[in-house]
Amino acid sequence: MATAAGSPQRTLSVPDQSDDQMTGKPPFEPWGRYPKYNANVVPLQWQSDFPAIVSRYGGMHNGALAVGMGRSYGDVCLLKDGNLMVTTGMNRILAWDQETGMLTAEAGMTLAQILDFCVPRGYFLPVTPGTKYVTLGGAIANDIHGKNHHVAGTFGCHVPEFELVRSDGTHLRCSATENSDWYAATIGGLGLTGVITWAKLKMKPIVSRKIDYEGIQFHGVDEFLALTEASKHVEYTVSWIDCSSTGKNFARGVFMQGDHTRNPGELKPSPEPKLIFPIEAPSFMLNSASVAAFNTVFFHKQMKKRVTALQDYEPFFYPLDKVLKWNRMYGASGLLQFQYAIPWEYAREGTIAILNEVAKSGLASFLAVLKAFGDVPSPGLLSFPQPGITLALDFPIKPGKSFPLFDRLAQMTLEFGGKLYPAKDARMTAVQYQKSYPEWQQFLRYKDPLLSSSFWERVTREE
Amino acid sequence: MSERVLVLGATSGIAEATCRVWAKQGASLVLVGRSAEKLAAVAADLRARGARLVETAVADLDDTARHPQLLADCINALGGLDVAYLAHGIMGEQQQSEEDFNAAAQVLYTNFLSPVSLCTWLSNYFVKQGRGVLAVISSVAGERGRKSNYVYGSSKAGLSAFLDGLRNRVDRQGVTVLTIKPGPVKTAMTMGMKGSEKFADPDKVAQSIVDAIHAKKDVLYVPGIWKIIMFVIRHIPESVFKKLNL
Repeated sequence: MATAAGSPQRTLSVPDQSDDQMTGKPPFEPWGRYPKYNANVVPLQWQSDFPAIVSRYGGMHNGALAVGMGRSYGDVCLLKDGNLMVTTGMNRILAWDQETGMLTAEAGMTLAQILDFCVPRGYFLPVTPGTKYVTLGGAIANDIHGKNHHVAGTFGCHVPEFELVRSDGTHLRCSATENSDWYAATIGGLGLTGVITWAKLKMKPIVSRKIDYEGIQFHGVDEFLALTEASKHVEYTVSWIDCSSTGKNFARGVFMQGDHTRNPGELKPSPEPKLIFPIEAPSFMLNSASVAAFNTVFFHKQMKKRVTALQDYEPFFYPLDKVLKWNRMYGASGLLQFQYAIPWEYAREGTIAILNEVAKSGLASFLAVLKAFGDVPSPGLLSFPQPGITLALDFPIKPGKSFPLFDRLAQMTLEFGGKLYPAKDARMTAVQYQKSYPEWQQFLRYKDPLLSSSFWERVTREE
Repeated sequence: MSERVLVLGATSGIAEATCRVWAKQGASLVLVGRSAEKLAAVAADLRARGARLVETAVADLDDTARHPQLLADCINALGGLDVAYLAHGIMGEQQQSEEDFNAAAQVLYTNFLSPVSLCTWLSNYFVKQGRGVLAVISSVAGERGRKSNYVYGSSKAGLSAFLDGLRNRVDRQGVTVLTIKPGPVKTAMTMGMKGSEKFADPDKVAQSIVDAIHAKKDVLYVPGIWKIIMFVIRHIPESVFKKLNL
């Protein structure tokens, strides 16, 4: 019996986009809106859909990739001219244990959906990134991190078990003791080892939605390091840092820390976000003057050196989720993210040098985020976090300006023994990737022959 | 007492979203669908979300001869019935239906004759009981035939007309008949279609359906804007309408 789900050759339509030169069809774009590639979009609605779906689409000869919310900034969630298997319909809870907080769910469930379910039951995510609009599968595949990395490690540290389905139909249950090599290859494995169908996630008990928050102004990397050391037992720490100021305001910022409050409070689910960034901003809106003004306002919004507050978890963890499609702020050409991790040995020196380079360039970057990674080992073979400092910046894409700066910063990162974050990258070269992730060759034996991504094709290309 | 709900076509996107609303309210559910494996996945999810009881039954609802026994078994499993929710249906391929009557007949059978059979049995059961809600998914596509999907549209037009008449007959006997007319909804069925970014969120559609059932409404356009859109479309003169590309 014919159903609409069986009709091939449909492309995800993005109505406000019309800049595709190749076929006239709108391309699939990542969160950074750069690059944009055509792909055939197919839904994975049921665990049994993969690999059965492959033959329905003629064998998917251009390759395939499972994607969730498409919130990666660059091309780890793209496959040029291939098949993107969107997992968001696969969002069922398979089991929940109220005593232990162990959730078993299909991989397309988003962290927002997990919170809606778990918060009223007194549980919170063990690790959360800066947006809740990512899927469980995506969180594993990128082995994401959060503000509690220094005490909790990466997301993968809290995923004791999952199922991996290969394109040859093999089902592998993976944990630290069963198929442990596949477990390590898949956590941080960028979705290339197979399709993650379900996973277990150990949730963390809470008694309230509220966070005991403290914000402290600082000037310079040394003050940041001192605050980091003093707060190493606080669950969540992160800093916003001003990358546009020089002179006495160089590397000024606000060190933000918080713990789940111990005073019982309401545990209702979050309301739906109501704001949506309505249009693509014109490209002149973000320039060095507007960003400098923003940064000054942000710095002085906190009037005192030190403020404390009891804050809801939404603005604490997800300030940008309040505005849906905020990436439109960067206009149609999009934004470029840059995030490094530099080991402690060169962390101070490297961070100062890179911040200097950014300030000198005059290229706007707000939302620069600085954090110390802790020493909890990442379970993934290709995981990004390592002990040291991580800095995340974003730049609007400006022809002839953003890319040369980015390339200089990437080169400096490598010289300081650091590496870049694939989930945010659109620019790293094959040489840079292979030098900073030497495990990639060991990883090759776990890669599924059907699966690939534009990121992977870029960084494993022979040069 | 927990509400007892029978869901026919429970693995469709809208049905599953609706079941999640009921599960959260602690309802008891029997799910009917074609695939045991898919039903099991949906059932596990609904149990975790708080459903008091979830049972499943595998059936092809085109098999109308089996309906009386199937319905009896489901009602037994629930220990009675408060709400019957008919959500099965197929979109069909319009072009195939234009070329091949058998394809069109299949759409009409699944979307019209099968629900007519189910509604006949269920409404008689509810009349005997003196109460009950029959909630049926039709479509805004049934409001006026359009060249892009008039076979599907006519199956839903027939269904809507049948439900109007049934309501006229059984409402005075305590039975509520709700005709649900969704506009395009973001589900696996519509992923990748033109403009699908702007389609309705299934969770919001589901909440509106459950609210309409509790309010004993007759007809639900969801999202509500479709009531206005279809009013306009119904009132375009045929001499103009036949030249449009809709």
